[in-house]
This record gives sequence, C-alpha cells and structure tokens, in this order.
Amino acid sequence: MEKLAKSLGIPAVELFGVATFYTQFRLTKPGKYTISVCTGTACHIKNSSLLIKFAEELLGIKRGQTTSDGKISFESVNCLGACAKAPAMMINGTVFGELTKTKMKEIIEGLK
Amino acid sequence: MTAFEKSGIEKAKAELSGDRITVGMATCGISAGALPVFEALQKAGLGIPVEKVGCIGMCYNEPIVSVKQQGKKAIYAKVTSQNIGALIECIRNKKECSELLACHDIMELDFYKKQKRWVMENCGIINPEKLEQYIALGGYSGLQNALTLSPKQLIEEIKKSGLRGRGGAGFFTGMKWSFIADKSGKKYLVCNGDEGDPGAFMNRTVMESDPFKIIEGMAIGAFATGSDEGIIYTRAEYPLAIETLQKAIDTAYKNNLLGKDILGVKGFNFELRIQKGAGAFVCGEETALIASVEGKRGMPKPRPPYPAEKGLYGKPTVINNVGTWANVSTIMKIGASAYSIVGTEKTKGTKEICLTGKIMRTGVVEVPIGMPLKEIIFDIGGGVPEGTEFKAVLSGGPAGGCIPASQLDTPLDFEPLQALGAIMGSGGMVVLNNESCMVEIARYFMFFTQQESCGKCTPCREGTKRLFEMISSITRGIGKEEDIEKIRLLAEFVRDNSLCGLGQNAANPVLSTLRFFRGEYLMHLRDKQCHAKQCTALMKYLITEKCVGCGNCAKHCPVQAIYGKLRERHLIDQEKCIKCGTCFEVCAFKAITKE
Repeated sequence: MEKLAKSLGIPAVELFGVATFYTQFRLTKPGKYTISVCTGTACHIKNSSLLIKFAEELLGIKRGQTTSDGKISFESVNCLGACAKAPAMMINGTVFGELTKTKMKEIIEGLK
Repeated sequence: MTAFEKSGIEKAKAELSGDRITVGMATCGISAGALPVFEALQKAGLGIPVEKVGCIGMCYNEPIVSVKQQGKKAIYAKVTSQNIGALIECIRNKKECSELLACHDIMELDFYKKQKRWVMENCGIINPEKLEQYIALGGYSGLQNALTLSPKQLIEEIKKSGLRGRGGAGFFTGMKWSFIADKSGKKYLVCNGDEGDPGAFMNRTVMESDPFKIIEGMAIGAFATGSDEGIIYTRAEYPLAIETLQKAIDTAYKNNLLGKDILGVKGFNFELRIQKGAGAFVCGEETALIASVEGKRGMPKPRPPYPAEKGLYGKPTVINNVGTWANVSTIMKIGASAYSIVGTEKTKGTKEICLTGKIMRTGVVEVPIGMPLKEIIFDIGGGVPEGTEFKAVLSGGPAGGCIPASQLDTPLDFEPLQALGAIMGSGGMVVLNNESCMVEIARYFMFFTQQESCGKCTPCREGTKRLFEMISSITRGIGKEEDIEKIRLLAEFVRDNSLCGLGQNAANPVLSTLRFFRGEYLMHLRDKQCHAKQCTALMKYLITEKCVGCGNCAKHCPVQAIYGKLRERHLIDQEKCIKCGTCFEVCAFKAITKE
C-alpha cells in the first residue's frame, strides 16, 4: 500500500483510511469464490443468522475468512436488495434466493 | 437521432403488441432460477420471439414467464427448470398450461388491483436494453415536452407537481433545483442509487428494469438547472443494475440523448457516468456520498452549507434519489396537473414500496401516497402467513420504526409516519408476525447502525455502540428494569446530537419499539423469557415424546449435539447446541419444540 500511495502522491495513511472504510475493498486476497450471505432486515427475519452459523460449520471457517485451500471466502453483506427472495446470498455476482440449509449445502458442495 | 426513426419505433410497437414470450430476468427472477428457463425457451424453437424483461414486481411468483400467442395472453408463475418442459409443450401445442397459470392480465390479481404504476409502468414489460421499446411506450416524450419550455418554466412545472424527494427526506424537488439553477459556472446532478436500506430494492428494480426512465429524468433536470454533468452513484452490491444502467447510458449516447446538443438542441450538453459505491451504508447520506465520489472516506459534513450551495468538488450540486428522477420523467410525460391529482395535500404522486418479511406476497408495489398501510399490507400484500398474527411493520429500515396493528389506518405519507416515530424513508416495509421479537429487532438495527457509523461524531460513534451493548444484554435476559430508562435517555441523546442523518435516526428503532412494545423488554428482564423464542440465550430446543428415533435430526446437526439410539427418543446436548434450528426444520414428526 505504501508503494501505491507513493505512486499516487498521497500519504499512505490517507490511502489506508479509504481502503479500510469501505467493506468492498479487501486487504487480503479473496478466494476463488466469495460467498456473501445477506444480513439485511428481510433476510434476518428469515433467519439468515442461523444460515450463517450453519455455513460456518460446513466450511470450517468464520465470517471474514478464507478456506485454507484458497477456494472459498465467506462474508456477510448488509443488503443485496433481493429481500423478496429472502434469505439470499451472492456468489461472485450471482444471487441465490429463498435459501434453505439443504440448498445452501448443495451450492457449497458444488463449489468445493 | 436513430432512436426516433419511425421504423425503429414501429418495429418496437409491433414487438410489444404481437406474439411474444418474456422471462423476468431482474435479480429476483435470476435468484429464483430464471436463467435456465430463459435458455430453454430460446432453444425450444417455438417460432415466437423470446425476450428478457425486468421485474414486474410480484417477486413472490418468480420466475415469471408471460406468453402472448395468437393474440391471447397468459402469465405463468414459479416457472423453473423442473417444469419449463411442460410449459414448452403447452406452447408448442398452442394450449394454456393450467397448473402454472397465474393470470391472463396482472390486473386480475389482488396484488395489482390497488396499485398505481407510474414509475414502474414499464418494469417487467419492456426489454430494459431496448431504447425503441421504451420510446414506443411513451418514453422520452417527457424530455421532448420539457424542451418546449424554458428552463425557468420547467422548474415551475416541477414545483407545480408538488414532487417531494423519494429518498426519505421529502424535500421539494422543484425548490432544490431552483437553488442551483440561479448559479453560474459548473454544476452537478447526482442520482443517489446507493439504496443501503436493508429491505429496500425499489431503486434496484428500476435500474434493472427501466434504466432509460432515470436517464431521461436526469436529462430533464440538466436542462432545467443548466448542469452539464451527472453521476449515478450506485452500490457495488448491485452488479446487474450497474451493467444494465451502463448499457442504457451507452445506448443513450449513441442516440443523441446524452452528450452534446441533445436531441438537436444547441448547447444542451449533458455527460452522465456511473460511480460505484464500495459498501458503506453512510454513503447514502448526501455529504458522505459526495466524499465517496471524490475518492475520500465517506464521512458526512455538517449542513449548511448544503450541496446546492457547495457540493461535489465544491460546486453547486443537486442530489436526488433514483425514484425522484424517475418521477420527473413521469411528470413531464403526463403533466404536473395530472400528477398532482394523485396523493395527499402535502405529498403528491405515487410511492414504490417493497413488501418483505412475514407476508404472503413479497415484491415491489407502487401505490398512491396516502393509501392506508392496512390496505398495502393486507389487500395488496395478502397479510401474514396463515396461523400467525400480524405484529408490526418496520418502515424505513434502520432509520425507521415499527408500526403496530393499532396504527395500521395511518396513511402512507411523510408526516403521519414521522408522528408515529417511524419514517417512510425509502419505502421498505418489513412485516413481522408473532414469531418476531421486537427487542431482538431493536438489537439487530443497533448492530447494523453501530457497524455502519462512520465514527466522526462522538454521540453516534459511542452512543450506537453502547445502545447495542445494552439491548444485547436485554436479549440475554441480563439487566435491570431501570436499564430501559437509561436506554431511552441515551437514544434521545444520540438522536438530538449526532452530526448526520445516520446518527440522528439510529435510535428510532429503539425508541419506537420502546413506545409500542415496552412489555417485551420487561418480559426479557423480569421473566427472562422471549415469548417469540427468537433470543437464543433465552430459549432452547427440546425433543419431545413425539420423537420416533429416526435419527434424522442427529444426522443433520452440524455440531453433533444430538444423541440417541435408533427408534428411541433422542436428546440434545444443550452445552454443544448452537441453536441453529436445523433439527427443528428437518424433523418430519414435529417432535422438536422451542422452549
């Protein structure tokens, strides 16, 4: 980041400040697939928090982490706007809605 | 000006009125499985054009396929890769497919009968990438009408319409425009498409389904205010909306609807580009949005000076919501007089509402301002699932509040909802029933807000965290009744002393739930009970004597917390149990209860 700041001609702290402010900027390399489970209100009402717990057990990692083989990153996101199809998640730009634990397991197994 | 060449428009009119198959391919449709359905229809060689369209609004029925064949129309719901084969055979045999049929015309459905679709008129009808289809249905007549007026007259027309901003603050749009119209030099127009409110996706719907409506509205605004540069700021979490908008912008440029001398009017120049957000709820606030566009941390600034005075790069800037810009196109198409007939005395026009949560018919609807909430939730939305009771509707996301059953006659409008301690906000309405815990909802919103707080001002930065901690304790049954009063005082302090709208409204869910559901807070503290069984610290799953010992729950338990022999009643180890609810969901004998 220091190199980038130097080439942009701004203090590194300013660059670091912007990079860490926004959740979509990552400071570590994401996995091949990034699973973003939505924790918006409608998804929360439909128990997204339980889906997250379930997925964490399945993947063996917590939110914000990447599997050791570098394949899957797991995170939560504040709203995908797919509220009518809650609970939802996005994997590399594609949204999956009306998730159940079974569906989630199928999709995750398909990525491994 | 190729888009206005007669043959192109005539062809589009014929496309729209002739035999045609459409598949709803906005985010909701795709998330429900529309893509394989679309591909199957394309490959089937049915001799009828197959086209993708946006979202018609009845998300509960996605994926949606409409078929017009030999002049007769049918709309099919929940068409998936499992049943598309059957539908294709019906179409091939020129028969209606009765098991998938939803209606012949959307106005037959209760979901649509009370709606007034102005902003959403083309959503789910046109291919969002086809400018000619947009024009064939009256698109760009608004801009053409606007160009017959002087900029001053145009602003008067917008003022006459009574349009108030649809982002939540409800400021009069015509007045906002007049603030920058008087200024000379560089001026910017911004379209706020950040839509950070969880539960709101009406902006996404228009961006994905009818992007030209937004572009047209901004061009009208550019002519009125003398701005020559616009930016659509949209969240990075909306990749399809960004892609669709960009295609529409490129098409508009090719057809002299953006760029230099628009529609042949010398000197009417307007450049438009998209700026992606990067995941910060606070960037929906206009001064934070400006900072974000400028490449800085999204920290809000005190107002005054307002953006109209000193906005983007220090220049006069008008920021309006996606919904507001879309309404501008409508107003100039039908005229301010026709527009202002709809609505209430203070607020004119329609509002898009997203209905989600514990409701039978989820989706995005458009209703006249002033419609009682009861009608929106029960007549249009179909009410709560059978066997459950309506408890409250959350209106306005994390900045809003809850409206209980006793207040459902409240009309949909800015001031009446504010009087209840809620806000209309972006129009996201999440319906709750007796299975929801209002303390848990307050905790959820405080978690959200303290996470999204930019940290600049102390009341919000510290206050939201402390509120979150205190309410979290209550959801665990920890605390004294006096804590409720502490929470109320802190909530009011955060509300009255924060720098920006995020902090000023952060405490609304807390104050609102305390106002209408104080009893639930007390029950958590006095009785250490969560009657809705949502607060995991105060509930547990138990296997009852109904258990036949099939072992299905143990098989599915992600932490192996269930023990038992085959054909014997199983047992949950409460120490290991993470309360994910999987066993509860998979038990075919309803032998597991929440206590």
